[in-house]
Amino acid sequence: MDRTAPRDAHAALLEVQDLKVYFPIRRGLLQRKVGEVKAVDGVSFRLWPGETLSLVGESGCGKTTTGRSIVRAYKTPPTAGRICFRGDDGQVVDLAQLGDAELKPYRRAMQMVFQDPFASLNPRMTVLDIIGEPLLVNGIASGKELEARVAELLRRVKLPPEYMRRYPHAFSGGQRQRIGIARALATGPRLVVADEAVSALDVSVQAQILNLMQDLQAELSLTYLFVAHNLSVVRYISDRVAVMYVGRVVELAETSKLFAQPRHPYTEALLANVPRPDPRLRGMRIVLQGEVPDPANPPSGCHFHPRCRYAQARCASEAPPLREIAPGQHVACHFAETLTLRGAAAPPAVA
Amino acid sequence: MNDLLLEIEDLKTHFFLDDGVVKAVDGVSLQVRRGRTLAIVGESGCGKSIMARSILQIVTPPGKIVGGRICYHRAPGDVVNLLDYQRKSREMRAFRGREAAMIFQEPMAALSPVHTIGSQIVERLRLHSGASRREARALAVEMLHRVGIPHPAQRVDAYPHQLSGGMRQRAMIAMALICRPALLIADEPTTALDVTTQAQILELIRQLQAELGMTVVIITHDLGVVAEIADEVAVMYLGQIVEHGPVDAIFHHPQHPYTRGLLRSIPRIEDVTRARLDAIPGAVPHPYARPGGCPFHTRCRERIIHQLELCTHTAPPLTRVGPLQQARCWLHEPPGDGQRGAGHAAEPALAIIGGQ
Repeated sequence: MDRTAPRDAHAALLEVQDLKVYFPIRRGLLQRKVGEVKAVDGVSFRLWPGETLSLVGESGCGKTTTGRSIVRAYKTPPTAGRICFRGDDGQVVDLAQLGDAELKPYRRAMQMVFQDPFASLNPRMTVLDIIGEPLLVNGIASGKELEARVAELLRRVKLPPEYMRRYPHAFSGGQRQRIGIARALATGPRLVVADEAVSALDVSVQAQILNLMQDLQAELSLTYLFVAHNLSVVRYISDRVAVMYVGRVVELAETSKLFAQPRHPYTEALLANVPRPDPRLRGMRIVLQGEVPDPANPPSGCHFHPRCRYAQARCASEAPPLREIAPGQHVACHFAETLTLRGAAAPPAVA
Repeated sequence: MNDLLLEIEDLKTHFFLDDGVVKAVDGVSLQVRRGRTLAIVGESGCGKSIMARSILQIVTPPGKIVGGRICYHRAPGDVVNLLDYQRKSREMRAFRGREAAMIFQEPMAALSPVHTIGSQIVERLRLHSGASRREARALAVEMLHRVGIPHPAQRVDAYPHQLSGGMRQRAMIAMALICRPALLIADEPTTALDVTTQAQILELIRQLQAELGMTVVIITHDLGVVAEIADEVAVMYLGQIVEHGPVDAIFHHPQHPYTRGLLRSIPRIEDVTRARLDAIPGAVPHPYARPGGCPFHTRCRERIIHQLELCTHTAPPLTRVGPLQQARCWLHEPPGDGQRGAGHAAEPALAIIGGQ
């Protein structure tokens, strides 16, 4: 894919516009609403067919809530904003507005892969039950046809079809994640939201699953929204990256640009804190002081200003909007043009 | 050598389960020098946590230490084998509280949810020293300050649930360090934390180690953390140490195919090629289905490249492969030439990943 070509907005598989997801804070006997957590506070991005966009950031930044809201995994619709999804027929539908019944056909087209795919599943279900359930629920297949489909899905994720009679506890972490991916693929989705899908895996197995996800993307023309905190993994798998901080996107750019030359001070700090597997690079970290603020009570202006090395008076009073400072490069920082920030390029060799 | 703090010899910790015996730690020997940081690295199920817990004898049934020695050098000439003490003996409890301390991935494993962090730190201190309640509280506040908890005089009265994850981790470290232990065992101390908090906690451990002269044994699966903090590294696989050496040698001249495989399989942030990851094939075998011979032979590509037959039926010994480096692999110990290893730094048999 040519990543520099300008793209037609109508071709986007998904366009998220000013998405807001607020959770009420309730207290006392009557559970009165005393405030709200702005978990996602005005997030916008487009997802192109066949690409991988990663949402990264520290816990509480809203990346998981964003991913789940897009596939409408919560009972209540988002607080505000549009989730425009282009269906198989080319029609664009705002998923944020749909009720349960109207959502049903779109649920087949959007699936999630979780960190532990079996955490929410009944341990007495066989692999056949687990992978077959979405096929059965959606009326896609049953009986012998169902078994044949499950066998095919197992082959796709490089597991022997005979495993369909087994129970989850018999499998290793990597095999379990393969089964979770097979379940997600059962309904033939076009968009897969992977929420920390490789975070719990051992490194040798993590590499296998990342390779598998790349292969499946190519074979099935999948579009991935990859929610993750491990930036080395994100660099490997993504075409573009959106960095989130306290409910907002602070930088969105092509992967190579964002890693080589970050334009937001928070991106710089995140990159500088990635533990590098080389003792000769010790001491390269810029230790970022302080903690991620409470999203129920975020700082004024730019949420990052209390921890920012470059903050000026304006940052405390005025929230910077996300703006395009170069083609495809979006940053929410008043001083993006004047700052020279350090990327994650290999540092000069140490003698 | 009087700079040794801990000498572990042929330690075996097995789990006696209904379906059979799991040899979680199966003949581990290690030396830990005073004031240094040893990282024990490996994937889940390699026995690294059980090995660390064995040092403190906090392995619970059906797990049992079935063999070996753990010699603790309190001072030059004052050596005790910790395994001579009963698990619940007064001596072992004193060792655990005062001379050694442990921190965990999940702070709530060490903190009580129904007591303030201050009262828990005070309790620990008073149990192991003659400090008065007032003195102990003052020391607790000071330690909370040292570990970077803001407003320690107020936070000392907070309950764990009132603190963020990073702050809870700091509170647990404060409690572990309040008796100024000679040995800190840290089991995945930063695994559940964000990278920025992880960097702060590693920096904190390093600072406190320098101030207190502590020895640190850190258990982790994260090679980035190892590279950041370790002086020496032991790589474990299925209950055994497969490679051991100085951190620079392990990362730049790894001598065991498993170490090399681990280093090759991780995505690197500076890698611009996005070339396919070089994963180790297969998965860690189930503990009941432990392969014969070299336990890694079922996943080892170098065995196939070099057509080594021996690996499938005979376990290799730990061989010296560098000035301070050892590896358990037949590549370094050709059959019939068993005594060759000493003093001989074997040439790497293959191009080394991560080398210059």
